[in-house]
Amino acid sequence: MTEELLVTARSNELIDPGLHIWTWEVAMYLFMGGLTAGVMIFAALAIARGKEELAPFAATRLALFAPVLLSIGMTTLFLDLEHKLYVYRFYTAFTLTSPMSWGAWILIVVYPISVLQILSTIRAGYPALASLVDRVAIGRSLVDWCERYRMQIALSVIPFAVALGIYTGILLSAFGARPFWNSGVLGILFLVSGMSTAAALVVLVARQHAEKDLFTRIDLILILAEIGLVALMLISLASGSGQHINALQSVMGGAYTLEFWLFFVSIGLLIPLLLETLEISGVSKSLAMLAPVLVLVGGYALRQVVLDAGQESTWTHYETQYSSELLERLHEENP
Amino acid sequence: MTRFVMVIDTRTCIGCGDCVVACKTENNVPEGLNRDWVVEATSGTYPDLKTEFRSERCNHCSNPTCVTLCPTGASHLWKDTNIVLVEPEKCTGCKACIAACPYDARLVMHPEGYIDKCTFCHHRVEEGLDPACVSSCPTGCMYFGTLDDPHSEVSQLLKTRNHKVLKPETGNEPNVYYLI
Repeated sequence: MTEELLVTARSNELIDPGLHIWTWEVAMYLFMGGLTAGVMIFAALAIARGKEELAPFAATRLALFAPVLLSIGMTTLFLDLEHKLYVYRFYTAFTLTSPMSWGAWILIVVYPISVLQILSTIRAGYPALASLVDRVAIGRSLVDWCERYRMQIALSVIPFAVALGIYTGILLSAFGARPFWNSGVLGILFLVSGMSTAAALVVLVARQHAEKDLFTRIDLILILAEIGLVALMLISLASGSGQHINALQSVMGGAYTLEFWLFFVSIGLLIPLLLETLEISGVSKSLAMLAPVLVLVGGYALRQVVLDAGQESTWTHYETQYSSELLERLHEENP
Repeated sequence: MTRFVMVIDTRTCIGCGDCVVACKTENNVPEGLNRDWVVEATSGTYPDLKTEFRSERCNHCSNPTCVTLCPTGASHLWKDTNIVLVEPEKCTGCKACIAACPYDARLVMHPEGYIDKCTFCHHRVEEGLDPACVSSCPTGCMYFGTLDDPHSEVSQLLKTRNHKVLKPETGNEPNVYYLI
């Protein structure tokens, strides 16, 4: 056996005794980023596939949620930065090999595209808001222009929204130093999860029964896809090298087992799957509003548990006898 | 590219921690933070035990994932060498480099918030001096130099002595060698 012990003091904050650099702020951003991507994709698809009558909420009102949700996520992401005044440095460089750099620039492109998407349906979706915009000549002509090119705008939203949804997963999977994240499935899993949470949002907020029913069916398919992707991720970790197998242990009996299997898999996937199946088959409608809420909870749980388990998975681990409390006690005794 | 390496003889290291103190003094590393540290690795089963002391720090990898994953270019290579530095004025404190380092060799500078790490004392290297940890080692078990010169002390040591690097399977190609 081998024991590796730190014999000099090392208690670098956020790194020792175990890595914990990213907490709820980043999980919330990853969740909001995925949700925003899903919102923009469904709003675009409703237009692109001519479903304005079947899905009026998705076609005309959903798009407005995108910048609001994304801004919440970007705010929490900003809270996570340690050197906040230098946040502008994301935009004085582009690093081809850094998914985080890609993400920073994707966000910059997504905002104006989202505004165009909103304006293209604002008169139908939010007449009161539209009348405000229409009061200004330039606003009026911009809305006219967006309405005229509604289809083209919808089609061009899709690749950027997909990029937004997928990059958050690729961002984590690019860290070879953290074996739990190091799986190519993560990008697609986060995209599908983001779309599932967006479908759940439509079910919660839309008023027409037919639209709720449509998005319940869409969500059911997405949940099934997500279950398949999660299984693939676990299989690829289980069949990987020693580091990957160790990383898998954190959700297979380790510290994040409950978080993963209860909050994400059970509450976020299996129970909604059951409830939505019952609803579609007409057996039970009494819990209709519960399923989408659980899907949203599960979407957040997925980000949180992946973030936590990934930070725990590592190449180096040392036992340490050093306690920063000892230093604090010394200060108290010798003020 | 000039390739600087550090070679540490685990057979003569006694784990005194002078390298750690020298680094903190030379680089004014704030209280509670460390750019280098000493590990005591014991293997075997009693009474057949073997102990190895290792002074550890950033490996100034030839494939530095912290540099490739930094979104702003704050993590960069010093001049045309493998010495990895952080430019505080470009660092947002996003911590991607911390996640990217398989050796957990980076830290968050307090109170400022930018990311900090071992610099191989590049300010001393520039003047032809060894890093502070190497200079201060009382047993003389640490060596610093370039592998580009086949006659340098570090090249000769690696040619004649058994050695290892930490976790070569990460693919990062670390440049701190341990003589065993």
